[in-house]
Amino acid sequence: MRIAIDHHSRYRFSKPQDRIVQMLRLTPGDTRDQTVVNWMVSVDCDARLRDATDGFGNAVTMLYADGPLAAIDVHVTGEVLTTDADGVIHEAAEPLPALLYLRTTARTAPGTDLPGFASDSVSGARDPLDTLHRLNCALHARFPCAPDAPDTGTSAAAAFVAGKATSRDVAQMFIAAARSLQIPARYVSGYRSDSVAQSAPHAWAEAHVYGLGWIGFDPAAGLIPDERYVRVAIGLDAAGAAAIAGTRIGYGLEQLDVDLHVEQMPGDA
Amino acid sequence: MLMLSRTASALYWLGRYVERADFIARLVEATIRLDALSARPAGEAAWQSALAVSYTDQAFAATGGNFTQAEVAHFLTLDASHSGSIVRCLELARNNARAVRTALTRDAWTAVNRAWLLFQNRVSTGSATQTLNLVEQVKGETRGFEGSIHRMMRNEATWLIQLGASVERADNTARLVDVKYHLLLPEGERVGGVVDRDQWTTILQTVSAVNAYRWLYKEGLQPSNVINLLVSRVELPRSLAACAEESVGILSQLAKRTGLQGEADRMARARMARMQKTRTSDIIVTGLHEHLTAFIQENAMLDAAISRQFRFI
Amino acid sequence: MGTSGAFDEIWGFGGPDSPRPEFQALSRWVANTSTEELHQRQQSAEAAFRQLGITFAVYGENDAAERIIPFDIVPRLFLHQEWTSLSEGLVQRVQAINAFLEDIYGERRILAEGLIPPELIFRNDQFRPEVAGIRPPHGIWAHICGIDLVRTGPDQFFVLEDNARTPSGVSYMLENREAMLRLCPELFREFRVAPVDSYPDRLLETMRSVAPGNNPDPMCVVLTPGHFNSAYYEHSFLADSMGIELVEAADLVVDDDIVWVQTVGGRVRVDVIYRRIDDDFLDPLIFRPDSMLGVPGLIAAYRAGNVALINAPGNGIADDKAIYSYMPEIVRFYTGQDAKLPNVETWRCREPQPLKYVLDHLPELVVKLVDGSGGYGMLVGPTASKQEIADFRAALIAEPHRYIAQPTLALSTVPTLVEQGLAPRHVDFRPFVLTGSDGVRVVPGGLTRVALREGSLVVNSSQGGGTKDSFVLLDDRAPTQSQSQRQGL
Repeated sequence: MRIAIDHHSRYRFSKPQDRIVQMLRLTPGDTRDQTVVNWMVSVDCDARLRDATDGFGNAVTMLYADGPLAAIDVHVTGEVLTTDADGVIHEAAEPLPALLYLRTTARTAPGTDLPGFASDSVSGARDPLDTLHRLNCALHARFPCAPDAPDTGTSAAAAFVAGKATSRDVAQMFIAAARSLQIPARYVSGYRSDSVAQSAPHAWAEAHVYGLGWIGFDPAAGLIPDERYVRVAIGLDAAGAAAIAGTRIGYGLEQLDVDLHVEQMPGDA
Repeated sequence: MLMLSRTASALYWLGRYVERADFIARLVEATIRLDALSARPAGEAAWQSALAVSYTDQAFAATGGNFTQAEVAHFLTLDASHSGSIVRCLELARNNARAVRTALTRDAWTAVNRAWLLFQNRVSTGSATQTLNLVEQVKGETRGFEGSIHRMMRNEATWLIQLGASVERADNTARLVDVKYHLLLPEGERVGGVVDRDQWTTILQTVSAVNAYRWLYKEGLQPSNVINLLVSRVELPRSLAACAEESVGILSQLAKRTGLQGEADRMARARMARMQKTRTSDIIVTGLHEHLTAFIQENAMLDAAISRQFRFI
Repeated sequence: MGTSGAFDEIWGFGGPDSPRPEFQALSRWVANTSTEELHQRQQSAEAAFRQLGITFAVYGENDAAERIIPFDIVPRLFLHQEWTSLSEGLVQRVQAINAFLEDIYGERRILAEGLIPPELIFRNDQFRPEVAGIRPPHGIWAHICGIDLVRTGPDQFFVLEDNARTPSGVSYMLENREAMLRLCPELFREFRVAPVDSYPDRLLETMRSVAPGNNPDPMCVVLTPGHFNSAYYEHSFLADSMGIELVEAADLVVDDDIVWVQTVGGRVRVDVIYRRIDDDFLDPLIFRPDSMLGVPGLIAAYRAGNVALINAPGNGIADDKAIYSYMPEIVRFYTGQDAKLPNVETWRCREPQPLKYVLDHLPELVVKLVDGSGGYGMLVGPTASKQEIADFRAALIAEPHRYIAQPTLALSTVPTLVEQGLAPRHVDFRPFVLTGSDGVRVVPGGLTRVALREGSLVVNSSQGGGTKDSFVLLDDRAPTQSQSQRQGL
């Protein structure tokens, strides 16, 4: 499938900012089933952009801009060719061993209720893969997914108790639950083609199954990611894979507006 | 290497806060005297004006306190909740001094630290005498600080502290004259009467200028002479003219050493040149309040220009 | 755990009347100086520390909490030969620590060889995936190491703990020596003591040697969390004695993957940062986002190879408790030799045989939680009640992988001034090892910490510990200038 992405993140500030430093995880990498045809990250002001690869293998772009800045628009456009691989990730850059993804972070600490829910949901599972499928379905059934929205720092435990969840929250719950079952799991931020405008990138999870490797699960949809999905960044949790992490020097408040279109293009891969 | 911007900023503000602490100490001292002199109920007005001079009238109103010596003196000395109190100024001065500890001599640091220690664990100002003792001690320590600065190396650190002190002093004097000039006399009191005289004397005391006045003016206490002294006479270290001249001098020394010359230098020089041409009688005719308001604004603009020029953070 | 039977470093095993022959001069000095005189000199040293502001701040409502660490006037001495073999061991250990960090954040050969269980690395929070794949300038990770040693006999030194993050205390080494030179000059006539005052110069050389690229005049700074930090005195002391700027996060900006310091004349490029800020707070974009002490973009500049960070972020994995017991294997793997400085014997309860031994000998052992700190989750067998031992046995059986066990050591003592005169008190020792691109240096001296309470083994300053000067005696044949040993990497 050929997917076109057009993604604006517009920050507006109530007072002009002196300086902005942002770390962008907005560039997808190639895998066997995902080929980036063209890709561009641009900003609407004078800025220095520097590319690098982080410890997790993500392509990151550092953005440095001097003020006064009343607003900044980070604009991503690109095209990606995808094929369906039943969720299994082949030939991705994997600088770190799966074991690492068993560790818990503040945002993926399971809390008191989630582990019980997880073990109940997967009881009777035949093998780890079956366990993960059951977990994926159980979370989807329990959390009718709220629309994607900018990150507010919610943890898996808090979202589980609140009972309301975006794709980000459900992905973090999936990760926390999988790790509590001793299965390495990680957070994925990326795009999913859809006919309507979206207000945040999509989020799902990947779990590691011995002998198969990393496999994607989208607990918000109760599905396995297929050719409509574009993987951009991975991390231990939502913060670690955030599309934009930023700091600003200046007073006042900021407001983020996201305008995101992910469309299936005519023509085959 | 040139000085860190943060260091420069801390030194400048160290100078400002020590100067402000010293000024408030003098203000409290003079107001206690004015209050005591007034057999009539002039005390309340005296304390009200002390608040206005130190920019704290609104903050004090928010506390709901009465304009008595006990309450206002406590507010201006021991109340750390606002930056118009001596204790808060000394705390801010000490924080700045700590942050640039290596740029100061031991004497300079010790003076700030000792002044700050005066206020630790003190909850009440006590009687008028005790308050006078406290402000006397503060003045002693700030004098010690000033002395130690004069003994420091003649370098950027010293000049930045002095620049801060000079900008602060100019503001303080202008406020003092402005407020006292508009301080209403109690009903039945006439201009040139006892209360009026006490008020003008209080001003002179606050800026340590009683003797200077006697030396310079032979015709007794005249408001126009007091204004002339405090605004235009460069002989008096706390006059607006002296502060304006001092700022120019310090900035040019800084420029010589750092090669940084700019907006602040130009503003300071323009201000000095204009003040040299201004006559006191013209000021009184065109309006003292307008003149002082413009001066205070200009001084604030100079402060902002200094922060830009030395890239304060 | 008492003093009885412990080796005294001056008196040997024989008590005050029969000191070790090499140290008779010290005993004479002590005998010829009245206790009052010693007390008086000690007080004047402490008064000087207070005036200089060599304090550890415990910030609360007021500065009454600014304390000095007690100083003991009787020095501890190392013979020249003792020091030579100690420093060989230190150099070897620090070389191994650097090689281990280089490997663990790079190729991970030691894991491929199966010498360390991978989960001890990857499930450990001290392994920082954020800096994986970065090679620091010149491949040096642990530029400044503090290796905590204990001693149980004339030739029995053990490493108790490695400190490869931001070891502190070196200002005490220097200030204690200053105090001794001032107060007891006669001792320096009696003994030829290796000077320590070159430490700031060696540190600056080390910093300059690891500057990125081949800049002949690199800009070096010390980065402090600020003057409210408890070790601020040491930060400003070190910057001052090296003659470099002491900066806070607000002084630094990163632009275009380059670090700059903001001066009154504009930005100046920074090449080397000796940072006294923990990893967690270094860069809010990478680590804790709420950090106000950090510099956004710092890790990007580091990853791009444009700045050297001393010490490298991620070093915590090398001095972690769980890794400690593998240090003998680590030293052997990277240096091809057995460790010259042994570890304290450690049983890993995660392994069945050691676990059995530990369960059989609980009343004699100290059992520690691998991920515990500050004495929490610790069993001290000899002083524990039957019930405590029983509880610990159950905990050990339930989760053996979380525990290690060590014997209770008879730590050496050094005569220490107490109210009634001199008495033996337990000590430990932290020498400082510098590693630059031009080799490893050990400055001959270190921080001796002493447990001032009788019988106590706790040397922490927060719990009644004090410090002593540590004399390293020069070889009578060597020239006085040999202030540091230098050995190639």
